[in-house]
Amino acid sequence: MAITTEKRRELERLCRTFRRDVIRVLHERQTGHPGGSLSVCEILTALYFYAANIEADRAQDPNRDRVVLSKGHAAPMLYRVLAEKGFFDPAEMHSLRTIDSRLQGHPCSHSTPGVDMTSGPLGIGLSAALGMALGLRCDGSDARVYAVLGDGELNEGTIWEACMSAAKFGADHLTAIVDWNGVQLDGTTEQVMPMGDLCAKFSVFGWRCIECDGHDIASLCGALDESRQSKGIPSVILARTVKGKGVSFMEGKNSWHGKPIGEEEFKQAMQELEAEAGCQ
Amino acid sequence: MSMTIREAYAQALVRYGANDPRVVVLDADVSGSTRSVVFQNAAPDRFFNVGIAEANMTAMAAGFAAVGKIPFANAFGVFITSNGLLSATAFGSYAELPVKYVGAYGGLSDSFDGPSHHSIEDIAVMRALPNVKVFVASDSVNTDWLVKYAIDDPSPMYLRLSREAFPDLYSSDESFECGKGKVLREGTDATIIACGLMTGHALAAAETLKREGVSVRVVDMFTIKPIDRELILRCASETGLIVTAEEHNIIGGLGSAVAEVLCGEGQPARVGFVGICDCHAECGPYTQLQEKYGLSSAAIAERVRKLL
Repeated sequence: MAITTEKRRELERLCRTFRRDVIRVLHERQTGHPGGSLSVCEILTALYFYAANIEADRAQDPNRDRVVLSKGHAAPMLYRVLAEKGFFDPAEMHSLRTIDSRLQGHPCSHSTPGVDMTSGPLGIGLSAALGMALGLRCDGSDARVYAVLGDGELNEGTIWEACMSAAKFGADHLTAIVDWNGVQLDGTTEQVMPMGDLCAKFSVFGWRCIECDGHDIASLCGALDESRQSKGIPSVILARTVKGKGVSFMEGKNSWHGKPIGEEEFKQAMQELEAEAGCQ
Repeated sequence: MSMTIREAYAQALVRYGANDPRVVVLDADVSGSTRSVVFQNAAPDRFFNVGIAEANMTAMAAGFAAVGKIPFANAFGVFITSNGLLSATAFGSYAELPVKYVGAYGGLSDSFDGPSHHSIEDIAVMRALPNVKVFVASDSVNTDWLVKYAIDDPSPMYLRLSREAFPDLYSSDESFECGKGKVLREGTDATIIACGLMTGHALAAAETLKREGVSVRVVDMFTIKPIDRELILRCASETGLIVTAEEHNIIGGLGSAVAEVLCGEGQPARVGFVGICDCHAECGPYTQLQEKYGLSSAAIAERVRKLL
């Protein structure tokens, strides 16, 4: 099942809107993580609008697919996507990180409609996703569980504990997607903690490894389709992305991991994002 | 003295969980020690041995809970409340997912393996997590009830068990309630509030003191959080002296919880603490460790005498 051209264009349009809205809110609130939110945009869009069987009008359906945003600092992009899915009004984005808001700094399952799993501390979301997958399998459900991980997050040892367990239990209905932007808080992943050949690493842990362009909707959707074909073993999609994608001065810069956006920066960012939108 | 606490736990897990499709059991390669292997034999499809990976285990347990399961995550107390703590904080405490963290080998009960395997700070750690209930098993009947309660109650909770057998305190038809301590013996001069292993020692201490003309009340406070505030205040008011006794560091455990209630309510009372005096013990026979590190009926009786 390949994505149609029409559907792909619709998702690309959504991504342009999401990027603008997220930058607007992060500027307005002067807090939050722009770099990782921009890099994960197409990944979350492809998941929620193409691959995952999740709809707001059956939010409690036990057989729905589940998404765990393990790199919880990209919450602003998740919230924007969930709002578009109809879980809440996009206007609620303005309350991000404020007192009494349902939109906490990191995803919180009992605060925010549509959030399947609380996250924030890096390294434990893949394990949680695996537990969900095995629990669903106990009930005979064919629902899939998707875990979105940061590449810096792969430094955490628990990720590899979860990899061993997922292979042992044959969790072929678990898909991990790595937002492979190559940059973490203190620098590039190569500088901070070189991870070597990621595909080889996952493969020797017993996973099916699929690489794709994490900003190309068709490439992502193809990879997600391929992961659903996996039989007997879990699969991981290494989605090549650019941290801060879409805003030239943020791209590839670790300094934009979690920095407030200044006035001039905001103007330039919006110009770039709107110019891009004009090209559609 | 009946079966060990861990064996009572495993039997209860099978009794109440083997035919309940919601119950899943995880272990970190110590199922022969925690005895969760008994559940594995009864319901192998709902048993998951994740290897020596407690952090992964407790996070996986949260995932099970998020899709409607009631997961029991098993490891030695010291490891589940350290390696397993990150997800207990984020997923159990914060997300309020009903994970049952089960700490086998509580206190010094893994005596010969030494301080690296003793669990003397687990109650303090887990008690500090919002939304997480904390219980200390005090005998095999109480252990059986705790397992049943853990299945029935949709809260995250920590169950502190033991490798060993404790003196029998209850008949098999005893009923329990979360947040309600049990008065095991009436008295008017002092109250010993104890949990786990130390409840039996408290009864022995009360017997010794009776021979000296001192009337001592004994409370089994198996429910550390929520704690029985009303009972603590009443004991303080009626007996004027409270001595707590726990197989745990003197900092942060039952004694601290009791003191928090008394101070918080401005209830005047003399208060003494019996427990591990902020040190690490050593390896050796369990009973000798208890004697040397002040976890004995003699230590409790002496504390009561000093404060009378």
